[in-house]
Amino acid sequence: MLRFIALRLVKAAVILIAIVTLNFFLIHAAPGDPAAVMAGEAGAADQIFLDQLKEQFGLDKPLLTQLGIYLGGVVQLDLGFSYRQQMPVADLILDRLPATLLLTITAFVISLVFGVLAGVLASARVGKWSDTIISTIALLFYATPLYWAALMAVLLFSVELNWLPGFGYETVGGGYTGFARALDIGEHLILPALTLGLFFMAVYMRMTRASMLEVSTLDFVKTARAKGLKPGIIQWRHIFRNAMLPVLTLAGLQAGQLVGGAVLTETVFAWPGIGRLMFDALAQRDYNVLLGVFFVSAAMVLLFNLITDILYRVVDPRIRAS
Amino acid sequence: MSQTKPVLRINGLQIALPEGADRPFAVDGVSLELNAGEILCIVGESGSGKSMSANAMMGLLPDLVHPTAGEILFDHMDLLKLSEDELRDLRGRKLAMIFQEPMSALNPLMRVDDQIAEVFEAHNLLTPAQRRTRAIELLTEVGIPDPEKAARAYPFQLSGGQRQRVMIAMALALEPEILIADEPTTALDVTTQAQILDLIANLQERHGMAVMFITHDFGVVAEIADRVAVMQFGKIVEQGNASDVLDNPQHEYTRKLIAAIPKLHTGETEELDKSKPILEVVGLTKTYRSGGGLFGSPERVVHAVNRISFELGVGETLGVVGESGSGKSSVGRCLVRLQDPDEGSVLLNGEDMAALTGERLRTARKSIQMIFQDPFASLNPRSRVGRIIAEGPIAHGVPAKQAYDRAAELLELVGLDPSAIDRYPHEFSGGQRQRIGIARALALEPKIIIADEAVSALDVSIQAQVLDLLAELKQRLNLSLVFITHDLRVAAQICDRIAVMQKGNLVELGTADEIFNHPRSDYTRSLIEAIPGREKELAATG
Repeated sequence: MLRFIALRLVKAAVILIAIVTLNFFLIHAAPGDPAAVMAGEAGAADQIFLDQLKEQFGLDKPLLTQLGIYLGGVVQLDLGFSYRQQMPVADLILDRLPATLLLTITAFVISLVFGVLAGVLASARVGKWSDTIISTIALLFYATPLYWAALMAVLLFSVELNWLPGFGYETVGGGYTGFARALDIGEHLILPALTLGLFFMAVYMRMTRASMLEVSTLDFVKTARAKGLKPGIIQWRHIFRNAMLPVLTLAGLQAGQLVGGAVLTETVFAWPGIGRLMFDALAQRDYNVLLGVFFVSAAMVLLFNLITDILYRVVDPRIRAS
Repeated sequence: MSQTKPVLRINGLQIALPEGADRPFAVDGVSLELNAGEILCIVGESGSGKSMSANAMMGLLPDLVHPTAGEILFDHMDLLKLSEDELRDLRGRKLAMIFQEPMSALNPLMRVDDQIAEVFEAHNLLTPAQRRTRAIELLTEVGIPDPEKAARAYPFQLSGGQRQRVMIAMALALEPEILIADEPTTALDVTTQAQILDLIANLQERHGMAVMFITHDFGVVAEIADRVAVMQFGKIVEQGNASDVLDNPQHEYTRKLIAAIPKLHTGETEELDKSKPILEVVGLTKTYRSGGGLFGSPERVVHAVNRISFELGVGETLGVVGESGSGKSSVGRCLVRLQDPDEGSVLLNGEDMAALTGERLRTARKSIQMIFQDPFASLNPRSRVGRIIAEGPIAHGVPAKQAYDRAAELLELVGLDPSAIDRYPHEFSGGQRQRIGIARALALEPKIIIADEAVSALDVSIQAQVLDLLAELKQRLNLSLVFITHDLRVAAQICDRIAVMQKGNLVELGTADEIFNHPRSDYTRSLIEAIPGREKELAATG
């Protein structure tokens, strides 16, 4: 197992460097020059100022040299310097990371727990009205575009009903501390987390339902019945455990998006996380911030792929052996 | 043996199929008795209702299928009238069941002893520690090597035969009065099958159980049955003592089934022109490697085909027989270049197929065509039959009109109506599909046909028809045939010469008569001895 993990980590590092390199070239191939944007905003778009800016940020060097310098930094976890915010990129990201993780992990847990529960429930009542209702709702969640759901949620729950705050991370100037602050953040969290989680909740539900139904037709379930086991035990010990294997794969995919998957939601709800940081950086051609965010999200994807594979080996003895 | 004291009696059992099925009742008016201490075989082809009857006893019928009349009397109870809870109490304790597919009948994520322990747990017997001890005792009793290790194994770590032994151990755990075995040896190799049949007969005697043994195979019946009930279309057409039914079948259907069993005794081999073989295989080798590579686990090497040489004469049928893992299918795939052999040459009329590439290989491929095992998976479900057959010739440049006309002729040749050309594969039965597969192979006017377990998935009466068809076509079109099979009876019936393979090696090659009557290798002998019903030589008069 340790050998497996070590090998996978080495592979991941190689892949990560390849991704960083690819991102680097892609971004530089995109139209727009950060120096020009900055000079334009400063109102001094003359050539001398531009050259000075370029020299200051190393943008005048050949592209490959720039890449070398950048990669050299990345290896030491130095993600460069944001021209716009006058801060190291790593600090910027670390500053925003907690808010994003709070949002995405909440959404992840909500969607996984409720999606799987609903799927199990629906599969146990297949063909009955409760199955139809659960499946229809799931289909609705699945088909609804995220930004639309987000806007509607804000309209309904905060504008119309005034139950929940519609944007932000906490009440500005609320001055809450300790538990009261946690509660305040929690209130702000509900809408964006639900919105973000809906899609995956629907996917988990549908996959769990389908997988449970499929596994329940397999021979070993009949063996379990022939032993005289109670339906509850058959359902959990035999069907559920086997049915969770494909769901695990999916959860790994969703978990990989914990950092990079909330751009839309954070934008709609003015959530001060990585997604917003990325959105703003894009508008401002803040190359280093963009590259930094891409780097962190790619690392997350690789990390959770690895975690999924390790979990698979724990859960499924057949994979452990191969 | 038979003590004629019924432990279970089925009276007028009727089981309705859901609407839209090909007939209203899966089982219709079945009555039979199962006596203490006997093995009753229920024999029939697919769809005869034999498994449905067994599942009804256990209360394990599929959701859409319900008993509509009759009774199943056991221990002063009608099993059909029991509540689910009452039935559950009987399952595993009084009535136990084992199934066909040992590969899928065990939970892949649970260790063997945990799965056996569940039987005790289900009936609140013993402590967890005692259950484990019992599990090992049971594994010992069913003859699993190293039972303590097997107890902690996962199912995938055991062979098919071992898994079936685990299933049997599980069924024995609570000393049931009745063991229902639903085709328990059908998925096993012939030598393993012989061992499992022995085991079941042994345990039956030792524990005095009544065994209801469902099978499609009269050979198995001859090996194990005290009494037989023959089913067709949901009805019992004949029942009686095994020897009476086998030696002196009364019902026409029984006679037909028994006559359809391929005969083991081989006739004289026709003298073939051996001067110029159409196919010469020299030192064919195929090795599979897994793992390895830059970051992988230690490399595993399987010598699937190990330096095999043989010749195939014009008009000859060469059988390649062996158990699973013997490499017989790899030989077939290498011959048609579905796989590239690692070493050796395949000389087709003197030209080395194994060395051809590109356009030359494409042309040469026409000469060797293949028929596959699974008539359901080997035809594209979204293509019409005409297209399936004409596709090959069209790819080789035959005009479409001509290719389709030829397809219609071929359908007639294999005994189907030419109108089949516009229909889809799912509209045909297994035997008909296999005929379509044969027509497809013939479309390219091959000189050699490789049939890989081409009749193994078919019922015995259908199997006989398809074998006849192959023999007739071979004669008419002067084809040479490589017939890959695990079934020695089939090989005995159709093959001129037989190559016996074991673990990638060619153990023995000889005429059918030599192989069956004067086998030289111990392995061949053990294979032949394991053929069920061999001693009886069913319907030798045929």
